[in-house]
Amino acid sequence: MQLKSRHLLGIEHLDKAEIELILDTAASFKEVSTREIKKVPTLRGKTVVTLFYEVSTRTRTSFELAAKRLSADTVSISTSTSSVQKGETLVDTVRNLEAMKPDYFVVRHSCSGAALMISRISQASIVNAGDGSHEHPTQALLDAFTMRERKGDISKLRVAIIGDIRHSRVVRSNILLLRKLGADVHIAGPATLLPPGMDRLGVTVTSDIGVAIRNADVVMMLRIQQERMDKSFFPSLREFAMYYGLTRERMRLAKSDAIIMHPGPINRGVEIDHELADCDRSVILDQTENGVAVRMAVLYLLAGGNPAGEAS
Amino acid sequence: MRILIKNGRVVDPSQELDDTRDILIADGKIARVEPAIVDSEARVVQAVGQIVAPGFIDLHTHLREPGREDKETIASGCEDAAAGGFTSICCMPNTNPVNDSRSVTEFILARARQGGIVNVFPIGAVTKGSAGDHLAEIGDMHEGGCVAISDDGKPVKNALIMRRALEYASMFSMPVIDHCEDSNLADGGVMHEGYYSTLLGLRGIPAMAEETMVQRDIIIAAATGGHVHIAHISTAGSVAAVRDGKKRGVRVTCEVTPHHFSLTDKEVVSYETAMKMNPPLRGESDVQAIHAAIKDGTIDCIATDHAPHTYDDKNVEFDYAPFGIVGLETAVSLALDRLVNTGLISVLRLVALFSTHPARILGLKNKGTLRIGADADITFLNPQKKIAIDAERFRSKSRNSPFHGWKLKGSPAGVIVGGKIIWHD
Amino acid sequence: MATSAETIRRINTDAPVLTFFQGPNILPHVKIKARIMDKKKMERAIARIGQEILERNKSAEDLVLIGIRSRGVPLAERIAAAIEEAESVKVPRGSLDITMYRDDIHAGSSHPQVHKTDIPFPINEKDVILIDDVLFTGRTIRAALDSLIDFGRPRTIQLAVLIDRGHRELPIRADYVGKILPTSRKEIVHVHLHETDGHDEVLIAEGES
Repeated sequence: MQLKSRHLLGIEHLDKAEIELILDTAASFKEVSTREIKKVPTLRGKTVVTLFYEVSTRTRTSFELAAKRLSADTVSISTSTSSVQKGETLVDTVRNLEAMKPDYFVVRHSCSGAALMISRISQASIVNAGDGSHEHPTQALLDAFTMRERKGDISKLRVAIIGDIRHSRVVRSNILLLRKLGADVHIAGPATLLPPGMDRLGVTVTSDIGVAIRNADVVMMLRIQQERMDKSFFPSLREFAMYYGLTRERMRLAKSDAIIMHPGPINRGVEIDHELADCDRSVILDQTENGVAVRMAVLYLLAGGNPAGEAS
Repeated sequence: MRILIKNGRVVDPSQELDDTRDILIADGKIARVEPAIVDSEARVVQAVGQIVAPGFIDLHTHLREPGREDKETIASGCEDAAAGGFTSICCMPNTNPVNDSRSVTEFILARARQGGIVNVFPIGAVTKGSAGDHLAEIGDMHEGGCVAISDDGKPVKNALIMRRALEYASMFSMPVIDHCEDSNLADGGVMHEGYYSTLLGLRGIPAMAEETMVQRDIIIAAATGGHVHIAHISTAGSVAAVRDGKKRGVRVTCEVTPHHFSLTDKEVVSYETAMKMNPPLRGESDVQAIHAAIKDGTIDCIATDHAPHTYDDKNVEFDYAPFGIVGLETAVSLALDRLVNTGLISVLRLVALFSTHPARILGLKNKGTLRIGADADITFLNPQKKIAIDAERFRSKSRNSPFHGWKLKGSPAGVIVGGKIIWHD
Repeated sequence: MATSAETIRRINTDAPVLTFFQGPNILPHVKIKARIMDKKKMERAIARIGQEILERNKSAEDLVLIGIRSRGVPLAERIAAAIEEAESVKVPRGSLDITMYRDDIHAGSSHPQVHKTDIPFPINEKDVILIDDVLFTGRTIRAALDSLIDFGRPRTIQLAVLIDRGHRELPIRADYVGKILPTSRKEIVHVHLHETDGHDEVLIAEGES
C-alpha cells in the first residue's frame, strides 16, 4: 500500500486507509528515537527544505529532527511575511529553490492554500506544515497517534475540542481526521470564534464548555492568541479563561481516564490551569515526542507516494 | 453611407418589439425599422438566424488607463468590449489618478476618441481621490462628460457624504453608484463567509457587510429623492431590500455581474485567484435569490465589473491577490447560456438588462433603443452558436477569468457603433 | 475452487501435474514446481542449526538471536527454543525490520511497509545470531548488518538461514544453513511457517507474469 499523492497538503485528501498507514508506519519509526544512535539511512541523499513564512520552533524542529533521523539533509529558510510582500513572490522563491533540486518542501505559511499553490509548481513533495487557518495535517496525525497510543480505537472515542475554533488550522485537520476515523467530535468556543457551517463537518457545536467536555475521552484545548482579543472576539484573556479555561472542576465532567491535549505552545492559566497542564492526564509532551515519529513516517511514505498522484 | 440589416430577429424592449424586421441605418442613426426594406445603395448585412438588438451598454467597466496601462488601456478595453458584444462601456474612476476632476474625464474621452472603437462614458468619483471625505467637482465632471458618480472599489463609507452626494447629483440627474460594503464587517475578508470559508480557512466577507449598506443607501435615497444604483448586487438580503425599496417607490436600481449568477463560493476550493473578486462569489441560496430577482425585474441590468489584472498580480497567495476578474468577452454568452437557454428570462428581457435599462439608468436618450433617430449602435447575437471560452484569445490585456475552458451556447455575433460596422459574423 | 492446502496436496500426490497455486503470501498465478521440505525435514534442519550454534559458540551465555522480519522471527524463536532445551539457558531474542536500511527506496517505487524493530537488550560484546528464512542476493543481510551495528558492537555476528538458494550479489555467506538449494534466478522459493502461514513447508515455484 502506498499514498495516492506525493504531497501531504491536508487531511482532506487522505482516506481512512492512508491515515492508518501513516499511523502504523509512525509506530515503527518511533523506536528509532529510543536508540542510542538515533539515525537510520532510509532517506540518505534526499534533501528536505523547510520553508517557514511564520515563526515556529516546535514544528520546525520536529520536522528537522525527523528528516535528520532518516539521514536526509535539511536546509532551513525563514522569511517573515512582510518582507515577502515587499520583495520576491512565493512563486519566484519556490522556483529558485526548486532549481537546486530538493526532494521535499516542508511549508509553513500564514496564507491558507499556500502549500497547495506550491504543489502546483514544484517537482518536490510538498508537506503542509500549517497554512493560514486551513490545515495542519501532521499535527492532526500526531494527535491521532497519541490518542491511539493512549486510548486505543479512535472510532470509539468522544473528543472535545475547545477554544478558538475560527482561526485554528489544528481544529480543521483534527475534525477531518477524527471524522474519517469515526470519532464522536464536540467543539466548543465563544460564539464569536465559531465559524459558520461547522455542523456540516459532522461535529456538534456548542458555546458551553461543559456540554462539550461531558463524558469525553479526550479534551483538546486550542491555543488562544492575544491578537484575537484586540479584534474584539472576546473582551479579555481573563474572561476567556473564565468561560473556556480547562479547570480541574470542568475536567471532572469528562471520563475519569480522559486525557488532556494541547498543540502548544500553552498559555498557562488561560487555556489550561497551571496544575492540569503538568498532571499525569496531560499528554502534551507525548504529542511532541510523537510528532517526530509521525513526521518520519510522512517523509518516508511520501517518497514512495504515487508520483503522478496529485491532490484532487 | 447606409447600412441595411436584413432578416434579423429584431429585439427592442423600448418598443416591446421581438419580430423579424429589416433595419436601415443612415448617417449613424436608425432610419427605418420595417419588414422587407429595399435600398439598392445600402451595404447589406445579412442577419438571418441572428438577434439584432440595440447596442449593449456595460455600466461597470474598469479600464486601467491612466495608471496601469499594463493591465488595460482605453483602446484595449474598447476592443475587448466590442468583441464581447458591447457598443458602450462606462469606466469606473478608480484609475491613477482617480477620475475626480474634469481634466481626467476629458483625458479619458480624448483617449477614447483616438483609439476607442466603442463609446466610452466616464463615471466620475463621488469624493476627491475617492477618499470618502470631500465631494469631487461633480457638476464640472458632468459638464465634461461623466454620466454617473461612484467611488467604486470602495463604498461611500460616510452616510452624510452619501446623503450629500445623492442630493447634489440629483441636480444633474446622475445616479450615485455605490459599492456597498461595510468594511468593518468585511474585516479583511477574501471570500464569502459561509461553510466554504470555514472549510478553507479563508477570512469571510459576510452577506451582512453588503446588506447593511444597501439598506442604508435605500433609506438615504428614499429621504433625499436621489437615485442610488447598487453596483454588483450579490446577496439574497440585498435583492430583497432593493425589491422592497422599489415597491415603495424609492429611486433605487441595481446591477448583477455574470459571475454572481453563474458561480458560487464552492468554486473557491481550488484556491484559484481567478475566483477572487469583490463582492465575493456567494452561497447557493444567494445565487438562487439573484436568479429570482433577475426574473422578477428587481435586478435592472447586467454589468461586467470587468477588472483586469496581470498574470503576475494574480499569481500569488489567495490572500494577497487583488480582487476582480475580466468579464467583457464572457458576459453575453454567460447570460444567454445561463439565463435564456435555461428558460429563466426571455431574449427581450436579456436585451433590456444589457441595453434598455442601462441607458435609462444613465439617462442616455439615444441609446438602448432602436427607435427612429436613435444612435445606430447595434449588437448582434447568435443564440445557437456553441463556444468554448479561451482566455488566451481575449482582446483584453489581461486573462484573469474564472471561465476559461467553459463551453457555452450563445454568443455575440457583431457590433455596429454609431453606424460603423466594427465586426460581424 | 480448491483451497491452497488441497491444491498443494494434490501436487504432491499426483506429481508431476502443475497447478496454479492460489494461497496466501504467494504471487498469484505461480506454478509450483516441487516441495523441497516438509514439516519433518524443517524440524530436523532447525534442530541441527541449534546444535551447530552451540557447538560453534563455546558458551550459550552470550548468545542472542535476532530474527529478520517477517519469517526470520518465528525461526529465531524455534532455534532459541531448541537451544534452550539442550542447554537450559534463557536465550534473548529480538526482531529486526530492515526496511529503513534498504538500498532500493527511491521516488516512484512502492514503499514496503515499515514494521517494528524490537531488540530490548544490549548487544554489545554478544554473539548475535542473525536469522532469516532464505539467503538469496545478500542485500537483506547487508541491511540487517548495518542496522545491527547501529544498536551496538557485538563480539560476533553469525548468520543462520533455513535455505541458501545461491545467486549472491554481495560477499556474504551463512554460518548455518538448513538446506542448500540450487535454483535458477527466475525461480521463487517460498518458506511457509506454521506461525505466519498456518503450515510448515518449503516450495519452489516458477516465476510467471
